[in-house]
Amino acid sequence: MIEARQLTKRYGSFTAVYQVSFRLEQGQTLALIGPSGCGKTTTLKMANRLIRPTEGSVWVDGKDVSQQPIEQMRRRMGYVIQDIGLFPHYSVEQNVAVVPRLLGWPAEKIRKRVGELLEQLGLPPGQFNKKYPHQLSGGQQQRVGIARALAADPPIILMDEPFGALDPLTRQQARRDFLEVEALKNKTIIMVTHDIEEAFEMAAIVGLMKHGRLQQLGPPEQLLLAPANDFVREFMAEKASQLELLSITLSGVFSQLAEVAPTTGKGVSMPAQTPLLFAIHRLAKEKTGEAYGTTLKNGESRYFQLDVLFQLFRQTLIQWNN
Amino acid sequence: MEQLTLLWQFLADNRAKLLEQVLEHIGLTFISLLLAAIVAIPLGIFITRRQKLAGGFLGLAGILQTVPSIALLGFLIPLLGIGAKPAIVALFFYALLPILRNTYTGIQEVDASVKEAALGIGLSKGQMLRQVELPLALPVIFAGLRTATVINVGVATLAAYIGAGGLGEFIFGGIALNNTTMILAGALPAAALAILFDQMLAFLQRGRVGKLRNNLPVLLLGVAFLSSAYFWPQVYAPGWKAGFPPEFMGRKDGYNNLVDTYGGLRFNTTVLNNALMYAAVKEKEVDVISGYSTDGRIKAYGLAILEDDRHAFPPYYCTPILRKGLAEEHPEVVKALNLLAGKINDSVMTSLNYRVDFDKESPEAVARNFLESLGLWRPDRAQGGEALIIGSKIFTEQYILVELFSQLINGYTDLDTDPRPGLGGTKICFDALAAGEVDLYPEYTGTGLQVLLDTPDSVTQQIITEADAVYGYVKTRFRKQYGIEWLEPLGFNNTYALMVREEMARKLKLEKVSGLVR
Repeated sequence: MIEARQLTKRYGSFTAVYQVSFRLEQGQTLALIGPSGCGKTTTLKMANRLIRPTEGSVWVDGKDVSQQPIEQMRRRMGYVIQDIGLFPHYSVEQNVAVVPRLLGWPAEKIRKRVGELLEQLGLPPGQFNKKYPHQLSGGQQQRVGIARALAADPPIILMDEPFGALDPLTRQQARRDFLEVEALKNKTIIMVTHDIEEAFEMAAIVGLMKHGRLQQLGPPEQLLLAPANDFVREFMAEKASQLELLSITLSGVFSQLAEVAPTTGKGVSMPAQTPLLFAIHRLAKEKTGEAYGTTLKNGESRYFQLDVLFQLFRQTLIQWNN
Repeated sequence: MEQLTLLWQFLADNRAKLLEQVLEHIGLTFISLLLAAIVAIPLGIFITRRQKLAGGFLGLAGILQTVPSIALLGFLIPLLGIGAKPAIVALFFYALLPILRNTYTGIQEVDASVKEAALGIGLSKGQMLRQVELPLALPVIFAGLRTATVINVGVATLAAYIGAGGLGEFIFGGIALNNTTMILAGALPAAALAILFDQMLAFLQRGRVGKLRNNLPVLLLGVAFLSSAYFWPQVYAPGWKAGFPPEFMGRKDGYNNLVDTYGGLRFNTTVLNNALMYAAVKEKEVDVISGYSTDGRIKAYGLAILEDDRHAFPPYYCTPILRKGLAEEHPEVVKALNLLAGKINDSVMTSLNYRVDFDKESPEAVARNFLESLGLWRPDRAQGGEALIIGSKIFTEQYILVELFSQLINGYTDLDTDPRPGLGGTKICFDALAAGEVDLYPEYTGTGLQVLLDTPDSVTQQIITEADAVYGYVKTRFRKQYGIEWLEPLGFNNTYALMVREEMARKLKLEKVSGLVR
C-alpha cells in the first residue's frame, strides 16, 4: 500500500505540484497522465524522494518514507525511467544485480534471481548475461531496466515513461510482454505516461494532471464517461482523436451488439458510422442512466447500453495494440 | 649521419650522467604528477558537487597554466630556493589543469539518466560516485593524466635551470656551449620519455573500463615507484654538494678536467646557471661552486676561493686584442692601452665588479674613478677624428674594461671611440674583430687557446699550467693566423675557481682544491 498525502512542490514562486493525494492498494496500478509540464513526473519523483516535497508526505505500509533511511527506502521501490539509464560499464548481469548486491545477498541467490528475471523478460541469460548495454536493442535495454528494478523484488515499482524511448511497434510489444511478466504480478505500480492508450491498457486508476493539480483520479472509464471538468473532457477527446480512436465505429463492432432491445429506458438512435467514443459520450449524457442506443446497418437493428459499449471499446484497443 | 655518430659517442661517453638525468627527469615528472592527481581529482569531484565553484577553480588552474614556465620557476625561487622543491611545485601547477578539467568534465558527462537511475534504485551518493561516476569518467580522467604527463616531461627540462637536474642539464649545457650534440643528448631522450609514458598510459587505458579499473592499483604503484626515481642517483652520489653551471659541466677544461686532475675528488652535482649559483652557495643549498674568480659576488656573498694547487684550470689572463693592422696604423693606441698592463689584479677586478653589480655605480664612473686613483685619467682630447669601435662580451667585467679602454684612448690619443659593450659571446666578438667590424675587445688567454685556436691536445697539455707560456702561444698564433694583436695582459686571471663559503672554509680549514679530496 502506498499513499500520497497532499504532495506539493514549489520552486521559488512556481508551484510545480499542488496538493496531490492518492492511495493505492497492493497490486493496483496508477497511471499519471497529462500534458507536458503538468507535474506528473515531479509527483512520481516525490514518491521516492528524488525530489523532496515542499509539503505533504508519502506513506508506505503505514510509515512515512521521509522517516526512513533514503537508500533503503528506494531499494524497496523499483525505479524505471524513460532513458533506461543502464550502467554502460556493467554487463547485463551486473546491471540487474546492482540492488541485490547492495543488499548483500549471497552470490548464488543473486545469480539465480538474475537468471530467473532475464528468462521471464525474454532475455535468455545464457545469451545475454555477459552482454553490455550498447550491444542491446532499445527494447532489450528497456527490459534489462525493468529487470534491474525488479531484482530485489520490491513491492512497489515507479515507472517514468517506461516505454517512452521505444518506437511505436516495439512499444506495443514491450507493453504486452510487460503485462505478462510473472515478476510484475501483484506489484503496486505508479507510472507516468503521456500515452492514453498505455494508461487505459495498463492502469486500474488514472490520474489526469494539469498545472500541478490532479484534475481527476479514477478508473479510466470514469474519466471518459464522467469527466470532472471541461479540461478532462477536452483532454480525453483530443487524445482520443489523436490516437485514431474515432476510427472505431458502431459499424465496426456491429456483430457484437445485442439484437434485442432492452425492455426499459429511452432509446437513442445513432448512425452506424458514429465513432464508438461519441456513442459512449452521447449515452453518458443521458441523465436517466438507463438509456440505450440503437443503430441500423444493412436493414438490421442493434441495441447497446453504456457498459457494453465501454467493454467493446476497451477490447478493441487491446486487440489493436496486440 | 655524422651528427648521429657524434650523438652516439656523446651518449656512450656520458652514460652515467645520462642515466642520472633520465632518472631525475622521470622522478620530477611523476612526483609532481602524483601530487597533482592527489589534489586535482578530489577537487574535480568536489566542483561537480558545487557547480558555483567550478568556474573559479577551473579558471584559476587555467591561469596557472598560462604563466610562462621560466617565469613561474623564477617566482618560486625566492619562496622555495633552488632544486627539486620549486621544480616540483611548478610542474604540479602545470599538471593541475588537465587533470582537474578532465575529472570535472568526465564526471559531468556521465549520462544524467544513468545518475538518476543509480540514485533511483537506491545507491547512495558515495556509492554512485565509486560505482558509477568514477568508473565512467575514468577514461576521461586518464586522458587528463596523459596530457599532464606529456606536459610535465616537457616542462621538466626547464628544471635544470633552477638546479633540479633532469635532461635539461644537457640541453642548457648544449645551448651554453653551442654544442648541438649535447642539446640532442638531452632533447631526444626527453622526447622519447614523453612518447614512452604516453604510450604506456594509453596501453593501460585501452580496452573497456573494467580493465582500466583493474589496472588502477598497478598504475598507482607504478607512479609511486617512478616518483622515487628522482632520489636514486642521490643515494649513489656521495661527495661535496656542488653547483656547477652547464658550461662548466660541458667544457673540456671544466668539470671533467677538474676531476681528472684531482684524483678522488667527489661531487654530488647540481647543474645551476651562473645567475643562481652564487646565491645557492650563500644560501647553503650547495657547498661548492665553480665561479669566475673576479666576480663581484665573491665579495658580496662572503665566499672564499680555493687555490687551484694542481692547475686544473687553464689561465685566463685578460688582454685587449686589436684587429689586424690597428697596431701599425695607431701605435699610440698600443701605448695608451699598455698603461694598464699589470695594473689590475684579481681582487681589484673583483671589487670593481662589485661596485657595478652591488653599489649600482655605472661602469663609466667606476672606470674613471679607478683611472684617477692610478693617476692615469686624462680629459678627452676630443679631436672628433676617426672613432675606434670597442666591443665586449655580455658581463659586468667586460663593460668596465670597455670604459677603461675608451677613456684611455680618448685621453692619450687624438682618436675618438665608439664603445659597443655587450655584443654577444666569444664567437661573435671574435668574428667581428677578425672581419674588422670591431677594432678591439678584451679577451682571455685561456679562451684564445681553447676556443679560438685549434690547439692540438699535446700542446695544450704541455703549456696549460704556465700562464706565460699560454700567453706567448696565443700571441704568436693569433698574429700568424689572423693578424690579431694581443697587448700586455692587464694582470688579473678570470678563470674558473672553486669557491666555498668563508665560514665553511675556516671551519674545515679549506684553502686549496686538494683539500676537498677526502
